[in-house]
Amino acid sequence: MREVQAHQITDVVKDLCMDANYDLGQDVVDTLKRSLEKEESPTGKEILEMILENAAIAREERLPICQDTGFAVLFVELGQDVHIVGGEFEEAINEGVRQGYSQGYLRKSIVDDPVLDRKNTSDNTPAVIHTRVVPGERIRIVFAPKGGGSENMSEVKMMKAADGIEGVKDFVVDKVMRSGGNPCPPVVVGIGIGGTFEKVAMLAKQALLRPLGQRHPDARFAAVEEEILERANKLGIGPMGLGGRVSVLDVHVEVFPCHIASMPVAVNMQCHAARHKEAVI
Amino acid sequence: MASTKRLQAPLSDEDVKKLKIGDKVLLNGVILTGRDAAHKRLVELIEAGKDLPVDITGQIIYYVGPSPAKPGKPIGSAGPTTSYRMDPYAPILIAQGLKGMIGKGPRGEGVVEAMKRYGAVYFGAVGGAAALIARAIKKAEVVAYEDLGPEAIRRLEVEDLPVIVAQDAHGGDLFREGVEQYRRE
Repeated sequence: MREVQAHQITDVVKDLCMDANYDLGQDVVDTLKRSLEKEESPTGKEILEMILENAAIAREERLPICQDTGFAVLFVELGQDVHIVGGEFEEAINEGVRQGYSQGYLRKSIVDDPVLDRKNTSDNTPAVIHTRVVPGERIRIVFAPKGGGSENMSEVKMMKAADGIEGVKDFVVDKVMRSGGNPCPPVVVGIGIGGTFEKVAMLAKQALLRPLGQRHPDARFAAVEEEILERANKLGIGPMGLGGRVSVLDVHVEVFPCHIASMPVAVNMQCHAARHKEAVI
Repeated sequence: MASTKRLQAPLSDEDVKKLKIGDKVLLNGVILTGRDAAHKRLVELIEAGKDLPVDITGQIIYYVGPSPAKPGKPIGSAGPTTSYRMDPYAPILIAQGLKGMIGKGPRGEGVVEAMKRYGAVYFGAVGGAAALIARAIKKAEVVAYEDLGPEAIRRLEVEDLPVIVAQDAHGGDLFREGVEQYRRE
């Protein structure tokens, strides 16, 4: 049994909020650089250059990469031999978000009630926290702030087994096409297949946590990722939807066992500011 | 052939008519900001025949909710938000004299019709290049709806704010043309 103080969780989350918003992952930067070489549209190239310049400015000056510093989404792997003391687990996380978004000059983008009053909560809480209890005595925290624009282009579709993998690929490519310039292409496409209505959405979001350029370990799904990537990049959407060869930076698929009657599929769209950082306590 | 023009806000009808899709523009002068929540309030006032808290005649509205300014800076990061959310409101503001909008993503038919009818232009800014764009903003102050926080209406003084004409007053649509040009079967 290992004791972890609640304030340790708060401190780690606070730092993650800032790091994730200032420092774009090297895998994303490298993919953007390769995209710049592939892009043929002059406007598209200029946009990619501005995106890369922005990432450098944000990292050097500790400024938000995007003004939409996102909904605070956290994935926590909580070791089952950890005993949290000195406070409540979720409150410690929310306090970390509160402090990080305040001290980091990050935007407070959450409203308390979604449809009637929509009054800003003024501290970017509550966070959305997904916790899994795992063997061991560590706490692994992944912070992945999610902007509204790309999130709004996401979708869950309860397909049927008869639709098959072809149906899945068609749905995803069509979704990228219909999203156009709205999610700030070039995008990263997270796809979930299987599970239940809510599980499949989670899979799609978890798919976004994989480093860009890394394929699914199962060669069959790796092939699906490659094919969707190729097809989507023929759509001509380009950076910011103004036309170009690079519309999608990468495609990741995550799968889970499924009901005999169902085939849930989810697409979680991610903009080029694909932000996530992790820490271990 | 697309060119780069340095323009001074507010825009004249002449300015707006001359702009064609693909034109790269460096905007200078004063622009306003606003997003869905502010637009909803403005349109409610217009429909009730009441005065607006700011004069939008001839103005350009930038769809942005900036992050908070660090000490010593005029504004935080300030890239565009997705414009289609303002589509229900924009035609009404354009009819009231709004000349330009800056955002990201394509505008719908209702907005395009209003742009053609009254002479207004839609500029695209680069989403996610928010720290870079902020460098062009020299001064920022809240002029209405402070309670909306990041969504308040702000008055910005800008210097060479880089935008591109995405949809013009003649029905031109860079989203449509760009995709057609680069799409492969």
